[in-house]
Amino acid sequence: MTGGNGRKPEQQERIGVYVCHCGSNIAGVVDVQQVAEWAASRLKHRGVVVARDYKFMCSSLGQELVERDIKELGLTRVVVAACSPHLHEKTFRTACARAGLNPFLMEMVSIREQVSWVHTDKEIATLKAQAVVSGGVERVLHHVALEPLRVPIHPATLVVGGGIAGIQAALEIADAGFHVYLVEREPSIGGHMAQFDKTFPTLDCAACILTPRMVQAWGHPNITLLTWSEVEKVEGYVGSFNVTIRRRARKIKEELCTGCGICQEKCPKKVVDTIYEAGLGYRKAVYTPFAQAVPKFPVMDVENCIYFQKGTCKACEKFCPTNAIDFKQDDVVMQVEVGNIILATGYEIFDARKVSNYGYGRLANVFTSLEMERLTNAAGPTNGRIVLRDGKTVPESVGVIHCVGSRDRNFNNYCSVICCMQSLKFAHLVHERTGARVYNFYIDMRTPFKDYDEFYQRVMEEGTLFVRGKVAEVTDAARLPGEEGKLIIQVEDTLAGKQRRIPVDMVILSVGLEPRPDANEVAKRFGISCSVNGWFIEKHPKLDPVATMTEGIYIAGCAQGPKDIPATVSQGAAAAARVLGKIQQKEMALEPVRASVVEEQCSGCRICNGLCPFNAITFHEDRMVSEINPALCQGCGTCVAACPAGAIVGTVFSNEQVLAQIDGLMLLNLEESLGTPS
Amino acid sequence: MSEYLLYPGCSMESSAKAYYDSLMKVAEPLGLHLKEIEDWNCCGATEYLGISLTPAYALISRNLALAARQANGTRTVVAPCSACYLNLAKADYYMREQPRLGHMVNEALAAGDLAYEPGSLDVRHLLDVIVYDIGLDIVKEKVVRPLTGLRVAPYLGCMVPRPDFEHRWSDHEHPVELDQLLKALGAEVIDFPLKTHCCGGHMTQIGPDTAFELIRRLVSSADTYHADLMATLCPMCQLNVDAYQGEMNRHFGTSYHMPVVFFTQLIGLALGLEAKELGFGSEMVSARKALAKIGLEAPEPVAAAPAKAHKAEGLPMPPPLTRRARKGSREGEVKS
Amino acid sequence: MLDVNLERVRAGLRTEEDLSLLHEVSASTAGVSRLEMCIQCGTCGGSCPSAADMDHTPRMLFAMLRAGMREFVLRSNTPWICVSCYHCVVRCPQNVHIADVMYSLKGMAIKAKLYQDSTAPDFSRTFVDMVEDYGRSYEFGLATRHYLKHFPLRLPGMTSMAFGMLTKERMTITPKRIKNIRQLKAILKRAKEVETSNEAGGAR
Repeated sequence: MTGGNGRKPEQQERIGVYVCHCGSNIAGVVDVQQVAEWAASRLKHRGVVVARDYKFMCSSLGQELVERDIKELGLTRVVVAACSPHLHEKTFRTACARAGLNPFLMEMVSIREQVSWVHTDKEIATLKAQAVVSGGVERVLHHVALEPLRVPIHPATLVVGGGIAGIQAALEIADAGFHVYLVEREPSIGGHMAQFDKTFPTLDCAACILTPRMVQAWGHPNITLLTWSEVEKVEGYVGSFNVTIRRRARKIKEELCTGCGICQEKCPKKVVDTIYEAGLGYRKAVYTPFAQAVPKFPVMDVENCIYFQKGTCKACEKFCPTNAIDFKQDDVVMQVEVGNIILATGYEIFDARKVSNYGYGRLANVFTSLEMERLTNAAGPTNGRIVLRDGKTVPESVGVIHCVGSRDRNFNNYCSVICCMQSLKFAHLVHERTGARVYNFYIDMRTPFKDYDEFYQRVMEEGTLFVRGKVAEVTDAARLPGEEGKLIIQVEDTLAGKQRRIPVDMVILSVGLEPRPDANEVAKRFGISCSVNGWFIEKHPKLDPVATMTEGIYIAGCAQGPKDIPATVSQGAAAAARVLGKIQQKEMALEPVRASVVEEQCSGCRICNGLCPFNAITFHEDRMVSEINPALCQGCGTCVAACPAGAIVGTVFSNEQVLAQIDGLMLLNLEESLGTPS
Repeated sequence: MSEYLLYPGCSMESSAKAYYDSLMKVAEPLGLHLKEIEDWNCCGATEYLGISLTPAYALISRNLALAARQANGTRTVVAPCSACYLNLAKADYYMREQPRLGHMVNEALAAGDLAYEPGSLDVRHLLDVIVYDIGLDIVKEKVVRPLTGLRVAPYLGCMVPRPDFEHRWSDHEHPVELDQLLKALGAEVIDFPLKTHCCGGHMTQIGPDTAFELIRRLVSSADTYHADLMATLCPMCQLNVDAYQGEMNRHFGTSYHMPVVFFTQLIGLALGLEAKELGFGSEMVSARKALAKIGLEAPEPVAAAPAKAHKAEGLPMPPPLTRRARKGSREGEVKS
Repeated sequence: MLDVNLERVRAGLRTEEDLSLLHEVSASTAGVSRLEMCIQCGTCGGSCPSAADMDHTPRMLFAMLRAGMREFVLRSNTPWICVSCYHCVVRCPQNVHIADVMYSLKGMAIKAKLYQDSTAPDFSRTFVDMVEDYGRSYEFGLATRHYLKHFPLRLPGMTSMAFGMLTKERMTITPKRIKNIRQLKAILKRAKEVETSNEAGGAR
């Protein structure tokens, strides 16, 4: 019988119906045998030539059932009633393809998540399963054979972020023989790791293991290093992204600069370096952030440069031996074409000023972990001497506070992963360099990975005093003798069960990790999303942590969530491997699930244009119609629903298919003469 | 003129009479129109809450119900007393957070032909209203006798900045509102580390040893910073630190003399009003010496405050965080 | 069980201890207590200005509470030493309504008559009686009754203060009364009835 749209029942199709037991998951509630028999008899007139039930359709034997029937019975359509398509749609599509049937002529309906898992009444569940199968049969009659869209993959790759994750990814791709554009916002690559002194658990020097890689990236024939640069726009889609990069003017002519550093030396304007020195040291208005910077060319900070602000000075120009200073230099905007993009933009630390009971910003000798890294760094503002804020006094007692701004519903709810190990590292360094008494204040000790707990044992052996208790307050208000002039840490020693006041000279706050403040904008620029906490969202947290929902865009490192250096490097390598795999295939098959505009019906209202989350719709002014780019379209269906003229159709979810499925669900397709649907 | 419903609280009529008197005197010059809630009852302070849940909140909510009935255009209840403020604010907040409590309380109120819809009134503290509604610019304009040379320790006590469900204050531990107000009056404000620490509350009646210790900490810290007096906004804090200072001194063998006055009294002085009509003289620890400082043309040199770590040399300090206190400043997360 | 004198058997804390205690306390707390979210970090115990005088730190009290140690919890002086300064509440990383749980425990201790020192409960009771009679607090009556009963030795030292308060008009000898005290009494009477049925439901 006909329902809306005047479609005709297809008598020529030969449909195979397969009902899965899924062990007892489905069969325990639904009488699967009954459903198969029902389909075979009651839907025969709709084209069902065979209906089987089987214990585990997704097993090889199950799939072979389908394949054999396609070959031997000449099936033209397949309906599988089992679990959710999210799990095995691909399995059965591939099985059909193997047997020579176009994979999109298979429809999978869920009688597990939508029937056996949500009902307890077996009779009703069986009836519902029948209806669901009937819906699937009606729908599949309207399926069309589809071919995936094949797009070429440009062999070049864009890596955004020059920290250890980005450097790792870039080197791996470049070593494999393909070109990489490595874009970094700061004047030098290296990221946060370049700020550290020693890294846990091995205590090797961060710069010593990082700088060789940085130099490699600089010299590599396959890497174009673009520092002091930012990505402004991304257009296109996987395999052919068109990226606009702004190379900010350094005001230094790179071809003439030798990196001698005289300009830096002679520059009279000193500024607090809030980025590399974490606010603890100074730099000049023309500067390289650190001695081993890659590239070696300095940059000019025009907001602080005396010439740009007042028109005088120009000391750097005067003294530069190769005339490399160019005040008139402009930004250069360039465009590159790449096939894939890896985002490795890293993290920011939590702003400890927000925790006012710890006194950071008010009490001089309270430091953050990043400030401490700079203190311990041999190339830092104190040449590696651990001293108080006066720059001179060596502390005799130090308190290290874990979980600052993390695991706290008042700030960030999550655990920042690295702070316990970092705090232990600080304890070790303080012992080593000052012989001071060290207290570590923790709630739980999180040292899960290789050699981590052994490091904890080592720090215990060195004599660090551990107090289990989240510090309540750091204050300078003395209450008892011996507290004057000190910072007093007030905490409950939960293991001893008493409140303690512990006077120390110096307090180090192990602050948590946060996403970059502009993470949301960056995500939008690249067409991906951020989680509630602001980290880039991965395709699947367990099974696919470096891919995103947007094809061709990958994420690596702390931009995806807090992690230590080993995990960061692993993710950088993983992203590189994924990209290399794509490049090797030279082209990619995109799922043909997408929408298209029926031009004759399009009125040019443009409602769909702004709704597309993937910016896939363009408007043709000359013809006054909208067009959907099939490569960018992800088949979400938003435009299909929004079009007031119904001028947009979706493959694999056309109006005919959906309406037919509804008719089938309501059992309108059964023979009238048999009376009310059973 | 800004109009508000005033909930004075029992202390304003007795032990904190100076607060009431000075408030009444400065309200008009500041443009604060206060209408007292008719026949308000005691909020129960911290006593009733420890007996039983529904009666405690019903006692408080009778006031909210009366205020709502009287409202007539304004929806803000101002409470100058910290405990009253917290009780009223908590009652409204918890009834919203836990509808069951709202139902129970309204069931009780119905027995008196009253009802209160949680969320229909805003409960705010007097300091909040002066700083954010009237505004410090207006206050500065009206100052005729700046309190130059007077070293004041701003003391907010614990119940106003905490728990602060509606995010009205800049910080829970070191809020800047009272500091800024006192600076607007021309006073020299010390960076008082215990500005939101507890005075002991009713422990003076129940566990005096605990209370005396808490009072001692406050007075000793203010003294270390050479404050001339402490300015507070809570009747309980004023009573404890003022009236019990003598007993505290005897208990510890100390001899502190730290006057504690209400911030509205200082506003009054800065506006040019007479000390007597602002309730000065009713404090147990006399503020006479401190007051003498403001009458002088050239105030006498003050002894140096205790040296804090020099910020000029050595390693740079991080800049102060610009704090904004407004409802929802924590991006909508309700702190339960 | 084997034939053994159970009173002589040395065992640790038995698991049949009163696990409904947590539920009961939550039911009689204003707002959502979130006691089950406590991670025992100790911020509350570290923040408490009067912790030195408590039998158990707030954190320890909650640990005992969650273990169902009813007698220990209700006999503890901790809720009575709590000054309601709310430091713990704003710092707690799990947003537990600590100070309000303390109020509930006070009420439960009074009902179970398990408090050790009667000074605090008596004070509250006296205060509450005054408020229920007059609708306003009556400090003079409260102070005299309370000190006579609990701190008679302080009275001589306090006469100068009392005298000062009276002459400076900061204390009145006669109580004030609200007009519609009947309305208040009616409300409180019904409130007590509502509370009783709430507790009966909460204990399940």
